[in-house]
Amino acid sequence: MSRYLFPLGAFALLVLLLSVGLGKDPRQVPSPLVGRVAPAFSVPELKAVGEQVSPADMRGRVWLLNVWASWCVSCREEHALLLELAKDVPIIGLNYKDQRVDARRWLEQAGDPYLRSAYDGDGRVGIEYGVYGVPETYLIDANGFVHYKQVGPMTRQVWEEKMRPLLKEMRK
Amino acid sequence: MIPELGHLALIFACVVAIVLGTLPLLGAHRQRQDWIALARPCALVFALLVLASFAALSWAFLRDDFSVLYVAQNSNSLLPSMYRFGAVWGGHEGSLLLWVAMLALWMLAVSVFSGQLPEAFMARVLGVLGLVAAGFLIFVLFASNPFERLLPVPDNGRDLNPMLQDPGLVFHPPMLYMGYVGFSVAFAFAVAALLGGRFDASWARWTRPWTIAAWVSLTLGIAMGSRWAYYVLGWGGWWFWDPVENASFMPWLAGTALMHSLAVAEKRGTFRAWTVLLAITAFSLSLLGTFLVRSGVLSSVHAFATDPRRGLFILALLIFVVGGSLTLFAFRAGQIKKQGKVDFALVSRESFLLTNNVLLVVATATVLLGTLYPLAIDALSLGKLSVGPPYFNTVFVPVMMPLLLLMGIGPMVSWRQADLAALVPRLRWAALLSLVGGMSAPLLFGDWSPLTALGLVLAMWIIAGAGFQIWDRSRAGRPALGWWGMQIAHIGVAVFVVGVTMVKGFETEKDVRMAPGDTVSIADHSFRLVGVRERTGPNFTAVVGDVDVLRDGKVIDVLHPEKRVYFSSSNPMTDAAIRTGWMRDLYVSLGEPLDGSLDGAWSVRIYDKPFVSWIWIGCCLMGLGGLFAMSDRRYRSRRGAKDGSPVLEGALT
Repeated sequence: MSRYLFPLGAFALLVLLLSVGLGKDPRQVPSPLVGRVAPAFSVPELKAVGEQVSPADMRGRVWLLNVWASWCVSCREEHALLLELAKDVPIIGLNYKDQRVDARRWLEQAGDPYLRSAYDGDGRVGIEYGVYGVPETYLIDANGFVHYKQVGPMTRQVWEEKMRPLLKEMRK
Repeated sequence: MIPELGHLALIFACVVAIVLGTLPLLGAHRQRQDWIALARPCALVFALLVLASFAALSWAFLRDDFSVLYVAQNSNSLLPSMYRFGAVWGGHEGSLLLWVAMLALWMLAVSVFSGQLPEAFMARVLGVLGLVAAGFLIFVLFASNPFERLLPVPDNGRDLNPMLQDPGLVFHPPMLYMGYVGFSVAFAFAVAALLGGRFDASWARWTRPWTIAAWVSLTLGIAMGSRWAYYVLGWGGWWFWDPVENASFMPWLAGTALMHSLAVAEKRGTFRAWTVLLAITAFSLSLLGTFLVRSGVLSSVHAFATDPRRGLFILALLIFVVGGSLTLFAFRAGQIKKQGKVDFALVSRESFLLTNNVLLVVATATVLLGTLYPLAIDALSLGKLSVGPPYFNTVFVPVMMPLLLLMGIGPMVSWRQADLAALVPRLRWAALLSLVGGMSAPLLFGDWSPLTALGLVLAMWIIAGAGFQIWDRSRAGRPALGWWGMQIAHIGVAVFVVGVTMVKGFETEKDVRMAPGDTVSIADHSFRLVGVRERTGPNFTAVVGDVDVLRDGKVIDVLHPEKRVYFSSSNPMTDAAIRTGWMRDLYVSLGEPLDGSLDGAWSVRIYDKPFVSWIWIGCCLMGLGGLFAMSDRRYRSRRGAKDGSPVLEGALT
């Protein structure tokens, strides 16, 4: 029987490898933006017609840039959390590849967590930031440097474990 | 309402699968006819429930029911309805449901077409399939439920990943999954044999058509995926050694080995423990592929959503199915009685097939190693790396070379002991023909390199060998369908090798700047960019290039490469335009508009790919060969073997 045990032994090793591998995240590659200055842009405000929004307006403050769209399902998941975070840190929304009407209606219905909303209808700013999918959230310091990038919906865990400690550090 | 019914059907299906996975197995063990008799009806009810649930999900997609989370994530009201149907399996949850649906179809096929099997054996086969199905359904219900609702209901869905919006999505995954899942049948036959202790020639004969059927589906499924990548990704490549591709290729290699070892097990009664192990391995690799793809432990261009809980679940399933069957193998394989002593000579069909098996298993191992290596490095905290085509090309290709060499001779060699002296005169001509032909053919295309010549020599060797055999045998009478199937599939391999060799050796590629009116020449064809215009599709806007293809100053074709931007995604999609031909594909894809150029210039990529379609023609021939082989009359005849092979009943007793 002993030689028939070989396949089982090999499989056990494989399982060991796979179970260790499960704990790792192959996607956790640092964004090239982290540690660099957030790309500048100047695009129309979503609601206030005639006004422009630019990261330069936020100089001197620590803030979040949240990329979102009304058609984005995962954005709904993080929305409640954003409303809550807005009390703590200013959030600039980047409304990405959306229709103005849809976007405004969505903010009226669900509540508006954004200090200001930049309207990026053609996705040009998104390209500058290397937006892969919506939502994405950037933590940016007083000098305009990006400190953290969250791809996918914000979760309480990410906020508590990753962003908030960084935020505290930056505000010192 | 309909989604809830679909959910409910899935829950019932899970219960039925649990019944199917327990009572008939116990019944076969205790010889209780009433429990054994449950197997077929259970399989039927299971299949109907799963298909109903699948229909419910499709309905939600077709009716734009965005209150279903999965639909909202993978569809959009603008999505054309053909892709909506494909979108059913465009995401994680749906593709698992497709997996289970395929399993249901295979179970249905087994219970319908295997009337000649002994009832107890049948009960074990269906019982094992039921256990696998139950495991997957529990996973679907608890960790990947496609019927979950979403509140508040969004106005519109997020849309299907643009890369998937292609007719390829409608055909490739079902075909691939049919192959993947199809190996579960061979697996169930193997486990049933281990449980019941029956490993005779009829066991091998029952298993063969099912194995071939799964292999045909997998072959065609992989070929479709490769073709899809070729024209959608816009890189002009046809195989990338991506983890997800490897995940489908490993079961294919193991399945190919299994098909060949089953031939020995049936005809000669040897290699039986080995064959059982291969059957377990082929399906285990399918499951491992599912794990790798679905758990997100490896990153790949196929970029699926990741959720560690799901990974853990599939790992548990993997341990249950593979660990369970290998444990059973460890305890029972020793009882597979040897057929006296090993009685085949060094030059015999057996030894050729043994070499075939060794080479294929080594090939599988190299692919497995390359696929898991990044994971192992990461697990040992040694950093992150990726293993790419250079590794696979240097390691995999040399293993395949001897296999191709043997393929030309193997089918001529007789069982037990072959007469070498009789073989040589026939081989002499095949060798001469292929050496002269293969060595000189590259010169016709202007450039001679040793690897190109070697590839062509091997391909011609196989074709010449098959030609001689067909000539020989068809004079001596009418060979069986199975024999024709083998020849067709082997010729398919040769055609495939020609395609790969020619593309590798003679493809040319030009990245050029083109303004409207510019002409570029490549491989005695000229390409003239007539202009670039805009076009609006149902859910995207596109820039379309109009490119005239000229030969000897005459326009022979107009190609329309596109650059699409879907409303729902930031990444522009390249839709290459290809002029497909027997001898070459001409391939044009639009790059980027060149900013600041006054004449509206674009970067354009033009390829000439000689013989590239032979790659897929070869795969289709392999599939066709498989279809021939599985329709051989022998597999439909009742127990007795009419072709003179020894019947080895009750080998275990």
